Amino acid sequence: MSNGNLTLKETFFRGIWKENPVAYQVLGICSALAVTVQMKTAIVMGIALTLVTGASNLIISLLRKQIPPTIRIIVELTVIASLVIVIDQVLQAFLYDISKQLSVFVGLIITNCIVLGRAEAFALANPPLPSLLDGLGNGLGYSLVLVAVAVVRELLGSGKLMGIAVVPQVWLEAGYAHMGLMTLAPGAFFIIGLLVWLKNSLPGASHEQK
Amino acid sequence: MTDLLSLFINSVFIGNILLSYFLGMCSFIAVSNNIETSVGLGFAVIFVLTITAPANWAIYHYLLAPGALSWAGLGHLDLSFLKYITFIAVIAAIVQAVEMIIDRYSPVLYSALGVFLPLIAVNCAILGTALFMVEREYTLMESIVFGAGSGTGWMLAIVAMATIKKKMRYADVPDGLDGFGITMIVGGLMAMAFMMFSGITL
Repeated sequence: MSNGNLTLKETFFRGIWKENPVAYQVLGICSALAVTVQMKTAIVMGIALTLVTGASNLIISLLRKQIPPTIRIIVELTVIASLVIVIDQVLQAFLYDISKQLSVFVGLIITNCIVLGRAEAFALANPPLPSLLDGLGNGLGYSLVLVAVAVVRELLGSGKLMGIAVVPQVWLEAGYAHMGLMTLAPGAFFIIGLLVWLKNSLPGASHEQK
Repeated sequence: MTDLLSLFINSVFIGNILLSYFLGMCSFIAVSNNIETSVGLGFAVIFVLTITAPANWAIYHYLLAPGALSWAGLGHLDLSFLKYITFIAVIAAIVQAVEMIIDRYSPVLYSALGVFLPLIAVNCAILGTALFMVEREYTLMESIVFGAGSGTGWMLAIVAMATIKKKMRYADVPDGLDGFGITMIVGGLMAMAFMMFSGITL
């Protein structure tokens, strides 16, 4: 990927919408869904992933001339795994409850295709500053999808946003029922599917290749 | 024995690693276009999971867990924070070793599974199983059964998806939903179907 005619701003914003990693590149949805039952966990997960993608892109880009091509995957995985350990320790120290809820999914950032994918596709070939921005942009794009899914799931599934009830009591008394399906696994599949449909139908979004 | 059987059934159907924890999604989307490839990848995942789960169990319980190093006189150490980097290294190493061993001793198996093995090292289902095993505090036997069960469940899901996709080739899917979108919707319907098993206890 040549960086010659891309400004830094474009590098950053490209990942957020136009080439949004979840909806467009079909990468990294592995861990995206299990933490989207509540907005709180989704936001924390998004921040964690954005930091890891940004930092790993920066480090790998700084090291790109030293890494021998034959063992680059191992080097990349080591860098990413070390960053994830740092994030996990920080979460355990400061946000213990959320870290318990995220359980294994923080660790699974290591095998998240976005992080490794950006390192492979961008950071190995570009200077540090664009790589950092590319990583942060892609991480934010991922967070955007994660939070969008979480908003729908929490709102429809339990009538709350950020843990605060937003569905008026009057509705519940009038017979409004929460949509239990949304808190279960199938709800996440459906929302992602519909989200991709929405994004593909919007003007300006590039169509996914079959 | 009943416990192990019920753990197996549970990890195949109720707690399906793909359909209820969303692990191994990348290869699920990418490979499910072809039934034969999905079967091959499915077997490779079962194989690798059944080996890596007990290997990671042993490493965690004899090297990393709090107090695990007491056999070396270092009982006060708690290295469990190293589990991510250790597990991913162990998985990558085992996958590499398995690939070489199969290549040497069973060319038939190698030609069937060989191309999939490198893909597996970064499959979230493998690392996820190892991390779940630690979190749920399984014993050695349980971790073997859990590994095999997760792999079987993953294979079941991907083969079913490949079959459905083949059926769907002639279906009239709305523009824009085609491809990735419809895969997710079908995945959701499959997850709903699998939830019917959740009443089963042995």
